[in-house]
Order: sequence, then C-alpha cells, then structure tokens
Amino acid sequence: MSAQNHRQYWRKNRIVIAVLLGIWFAVTFGVSYFARSLSFTFFGWPFSFWVGAQGALGVYVAIIGFYAWYMNRLDALHGVEEESD
Amino acid sequence: MAGFFGTRDGVRLTGQQFKAQLKRFYSWYTLGLVLFVGLLGMAERMGLPRLWIGSTFLLATIALYASIGIMSRTTEASEYYVAGRRVPALYNGMATGADWMSAASFIGLAGTLYLTGYNGLAFIMGWTGGYCLVALVLAPYLRKFGQFTIPDFLGERYSDCFGGKLPRLMGVVAAILCSFTYLVAQIFGVGLITSYLTGIAFELGIFLGLGGILVCSFLGGMRAVTWTQVAQYIILVLAYLIPVVWLSVKQTGVPVPQVVYGYQMEKVTARELHINADPEEQKVRAIYQQRSDVLAEKLKHPGASLVADRQAANDKLNELKSGNGNVQDIAAASKALANLPKDEAAARKAYAQAKAVADTKSLPLGGMPPHAQQFAGNPDGTPKEQLQYDTSRRNFLALVFCLMVGTAALPHILSRYYTVPSVRQARQSVTWSLLFIVLLYFTAPALAVLVKYEIFTHIVGMPFDQLPAWVNAWSKIDPSLLSVADVNKDNVLQLGELTIGGDVVVLLTPELAGLPYVISGLVAAGGLAAALSTADGLLLTIANSLGHDLYFKMIDPNASTVSRVTVSKILLLVVALLAAYVAAQKPADILFLVSAAFSFAAASFFPALSLGIFWKRATGLAASLGMMSGLGVTFYYMLVNQPWLRSAFGVTSPIALWWGIEPISAGLFGVPVGFAVIVLVSLVSPRPSPQVQQHVEHLVEHVRYPDIKKL
Repeated sequence: MSAQNHRQYWRKNRIVIAVLLGIWFAVTFGVSYFARSLSFTFFGWPFSFWVGAQGALGVYVAIIGFYAWYMNRLDALHGVEEESD
Repeated sequence: MAGFFGTRDGVRLTGQQFKAQLKRFYSWYTLGLVLFVGLLGMAERMGLPRLWIGSTFLLATIALYASIGIMSRTTEASEYYVAGRRVPALYNGMATGADWMSAASFIGLAGTLYLTGYNGLAFIMGWTGGYCLVALVLAPYLRKFGQFTIPDFLGERYSDCFGGKLPRLMGVVAAILCSFTYLVAQIFGVGLITSYLTGIAFELGIFLGLGGILVCSFLGGMRAVTWTQVAQYIILVLAYLIPVVWLSVKQTGVPVPQVVYGYQMEKVTARELHINADPEEQKVRAIYQQRSDVLAEKLKHPGASLVADRQAANDKLNELKSGNGNVQDIAAASKALANLPKDEAAARKAYAQAKAVADTKSLPLGGMPPHAQQFAGNPDGTPKEQLQYDTSRRNFLALVFCLMVGTAALPHILSRYYTVPSVRQARQSVTWSLLFIVLLYFTAPALAVLVKYEIFTHIVGMPFDQLPAWVNAWSKIDPSLLSVADVNKDNVLQLGELTIGGDVVVLLTPELAGLPYVISGLVAAGGLAAALSTADGLLLTIANSLGHDLYFKMIDPNASTVSRVTVSKILLLVVALLAAYVAAQKPADILFLVSAAFSFAAASFFPALSLGIFWKRATGLAASLGMMSGLGVTFYYMLVNQPWLRSAFGVTSPIALWWGIEPISAGLFGVPVGFAVIVLVSLVSPRPSPQVQQHVEHLVEHVRYPDIKKL
C-alpha cells in the first residue's frame, strides 16, 4: 500500500483517538469535578454518584467497543488488514 | 491427555473448531460447578459440618486449577510465553478479567465503598476507565509488535540505546517493582481465605495456595494460566453475584440489584439523618469524645500516665482477688494489666492510636461520611471547610488519574493482549475484558449500599442479647473485622458501638441475606479464585522478565528454546517462594503497597510505551531517563510523605505534601515528569544515525499499520 494511504489511515486513527479520549476525559474528570453541584436525583441516585458507579463505566465500554468496530472497518476501508486471522 | 485446549488426538484444531471446543468445555464446567454447589448445599442440610464444606471447596477448586495446568503443560516457547497466540478475543477477555480482579477488587472494593461512600467510586472509575487507554493507545499496537514481554517492546523500539539493553533493563526493574508487591498482597489474601475456609494456620494456608498457583503456571506457563483464569473468572463472578442478588430480592423483591439500589440508597440517606439525631447515638459519641479528651491529657505526659495506669490496673486486680470476684473477671483484669504498654515510647504510640479511634468514633455515623455525599467539607462553608472540600476533591481526581494510567501500564495485563490471534481480535478483546470486569464493578457499589441498608435498619437498634450469631463468630476470628461494645450501657446496639472492617463486608453478605453456609463457602472460593488468578499472572510476568529479558536477551542470547523455558520455570519457583516468604511475615500496610504499584507502573511504563508508538522521534536514552525520573519522583514523594515508608527508611524531615496530594497518588507527579523528560531529552540529544532512524521508522510503521509484515 502507498505511503499516502498509510498517512491518511493514521490521521483518521489519531482523530478518532483524540475525540474518544476527549469524551473519556469529560465523563471522568468533568463530571467528578462538578460532582457536588450535579446531585439532582436520578432514579434514586444523586446524578454524579450514578455516573461514578455506572454511567461512566457504560461510556467506557461504549468508547472501547466503538473504537474496535471503527478501526476494524477502517482497516478494511484502507486495505491494511492483517493477512490471516 | 490429548484432546484439550487446541488439539484433538494430537491434531491441531482450526480457529472455529477451537472455539467450539472451548465453548463445550466451559459450558460443561459451569454446569458442573452449579451441580457441585447444589450437592454441597444438600449435604449441609443433612448435617455436614462447616469446616468440611470449607475444606471441600478449597481442595476441589485447587485440584481443578491444577488439573487444567496439567492438561495444558508445555515446553514450547510460544505456548509457554503467549499461549500460542491463539486465544479467542472472548476468552482472553474473561482471562483478563480474572487476571485483573484481585483479592482487593473482590474482597476490598465493596468494603471501601461501604466505609467511604462516594469517595470509594474513585476505585470503580479508575480501575475501569484505564481500559480506554489500553484499548486506544496500547493493546492493538503491542499485539502487532507480537513478541513475548513488555520489556521486549522497550528493548526493540529503543534499540539505539546500548542495543536496547538499558531500556529493556529499566523495563525489567519496573515490571518487577510493580508486580512483586502486588504478588505479595495476593498471596497474603490466599493465606487469609484458606485459613478462613479450613481453620488451618495462615502460613500453612499460604503454602497450600502456592501449590495451586505453581502446578498451574510452572507446567504450562501462559497457556495453563489462561485456561485456568477463564475457569476462575466463572467462579468469582458467580460467587460475587449470587449473594447480592439474593439480598436484593429480600429487600426489594427485584433480582437485579444494580438497577434498584438507587432507591435503597435514598432510604440509607434518610436513615443516616435519623441515626445522627438519635439521642442514644449522641450519648455514645459524647462518651468517645470524653475518652479522647482523657487520652489527650495522658499524651501530654505518657510516662507518668503509664505508671498511673499500671497502678490502677494492679489495684483493680488485687481488689478482685481479695474480694469475691469471679474467675472470669480476675482473668480479664490480669490480662488488661499484662497488655499495658511496656515503656514510655510504647505508651505514647498506644495512647495516640486509641485517641485516633476515639476521635473517629466521636464523629457522626461512627466516622463514615454520608454515603451519597461527594467529597468532604463544604464549598460554601467556613474557610476551613472550603479548604477541606478542595483538598478532598483534588485527591479524588488525582487517585482516579493514577489508577487509570496505572491500569494501562501494568505489564501482566498488557502481556495478555499478546495472546490473541490478531490486531483485530486484540481490539475486540479489550471490549470483552472491560465488559466482564464491569459486571463485577457495577455490582460492588450495589452490594455496599444493600449491606449498609441491612445494617442501618435491622442490626442497629437491636438489643445486644438478640444479635445474630455471626456477629460473635466474626469478632472471635478478628475483632478488627467486626466487633461490638455496649458503650452507653443501654443494652441496645448503636451504630457508634459497631466496628466493621472493610474486608468483612463481602464475606458477610451471604449471612445478612440469610443464605446457607455453602454460599459463604462459595464466596470465599470466589475470593480465592480472584487472588490466585492475579497471582498467576503476576508470577508469570516477573519470571518471564527475568528468564526471557534478563537471561535470554541480555546474558545468553544463544540459549536454546528449551533452556530458556527451563530457566523461566526455575525462576518462577524462586520468585514464588520468595513472595510466599515475604507474605508470611505479614508485612504492614499491604493495601498501600498495592496502590503504590499503580503509581509506579503509571510513571515508568506509560510515557515510554505510548510515546514509543505515537512519536517516532523518541530516543532510547530519553526513554530510559524518562522511566528513571518518573519512577524516581514517584518514589521520592512516597518516601518523604508516607508514614510506613518514612519509618522503614528512617526519614525524619517534616511531611511536605505538594498541593495536599496524598502519597498514594504520587504518580500524578511521576507521569508528567516521565513524559517531559522523554520529550525534552529526545529533542535536545543529537539525532541517532540514519541506520538507527530507519530501523525505528520501520518498527513503528510495522506496529501502526496492521498490513506491514515483520521486519
């Protein structure tokens, strides 16, 4: 494959990593920083407690799952898959 | 025995056949496990004593792990180091889950949440969010690199520095530093659980558990450890979920505790207010406040106070002896006399400890923060409260950061992703790993709240003579785990009169839920599985760092495959015995050591690994210096600020916290220093020779793009 193609692939990879880590950072440190203010009731939990105990974990699984799906598709799109599985 | 784990009658299976074989094997295994617990439950009804049940659990599970080890024994290097690189993503996910969840996750986490409420969530987020870094920044690239250990990557990528020897050596040192303390803690946990299950001595329990670890990892290396860890994951998750689900049904009628515990938490919060307003609770707190005042007075002149205490104890004993005191009282009084501190220094320490306990007990809720309250202090209160709020919030965020980055840098986790067949599956495997981990981490906060509800509403307020039998049973095993004392002599248990240690909360759940003892046995077996699986992974990491990286790569590069594996196996034995020896000494502050491992891993590995993949310009010298300085800063900060390390190394300088950050989060400073040093030194030092640059260029591209073949 051409170097040009590789460069584009790597650029897309870096962008998606940056976006996902941005979400990761906001959910973890953003919500925790304002935890005291975000304590409206959410199905019984104070909202920030729920995020720390469940919401953030769900987002993490979604981030990793999305990245795996996106990159496995991107490999095919740019024709850079590994040969054998 | 042919026919397991990848071959049938000596013929290698294809990927699909292998998956089908695994599915069959673990389905039957799970069914067998359920039947086994059922049978033991029936035997209990027919009068099988508890000790027998505990021993059966212990022996059966260890025999099971050992037989998986024997079935997958190997001397082939790629089987021994990376399980032949054919572990399907799903099973690697389960194995990573067991590898990851240690005795601390299984036993300690819910206890920490019970005791500290919201503040404990730092562990929940930190120990799961780190997988985002693993998935996005490290795992797929390390899999593409495709060697055996993490120092392998450092040695190859940074080969411009003494042929990669210095970076590799730094990797070995850091891997051993973070893994060994962690390993000691696991073996300690194994000793505790085996002695709880069977009543044998702690030290003997350690060596029994060690046998189980060794048969497995010694014979089959990563291959045996992988298939054992999958089995251990199934036990530990069943053992964790069953009692909580039961407790949830008992309290709410809904068998999904993770969904409904928010409402239980509202009730706990209401109950907390009620308890705080209760006059008898306030009386208990006032009594503890008085005790604290008395102790403060004694601390002013501990020598004289000790003499007075001894005199008083003597007088009491004599009075009992001369009067008609009964035998029990006399025995208690002479024991109290014998237990007095020996000299002034000991007295000062004892008074200070007692005062700390009394101070905590004089606070509302026996010193526990309200469960739902985020951080200590008050942002709108007095300046002191504002400061307390700021410091507590800052420490929460710092701890989350260190645990996350540390998670992404622990070598025993990262090397699991070497074992999957492809980059594609490495990415999927991290998703599976986190899903399996989250299953338990969703449940831990629920468990804490349900247990708290049970204790706050049913146990607190009970007359002393009606307390359930387990209260006494546990305080006999260890009063620091659970004890009660009628401080205000009203014959009713107040919250302030109940002391609960974090480690007992999970083990208590089956009894609170009113389940038979067989479930308590299952929970203990789950804790054992958690500790053993993590110990397996850690032991392998340490032994492989020494056997593969130090011996083969640096001392004798011409060693044959068989002798490499043999050396690794011998080292494994030595490390295991050494760790067991250290654990048998019952080292103080073991929890601190474990948390410290995260800061060490974060500061040493994360900058060097991630820059190695994402920045071609990073040089070997820079990486080595970066790892050294990251580790150095982290260690220095802990050394000057952590009480146990201070006394161990004789540090006398005053404690000087930077921005009030606790020493447990020392990685907060180590990680940026590591990054900064690597970037600066790389930019300042001259560019490596064109040959080296080309090698690095090629290696990094090979790691980044799945289609580029090996050099």
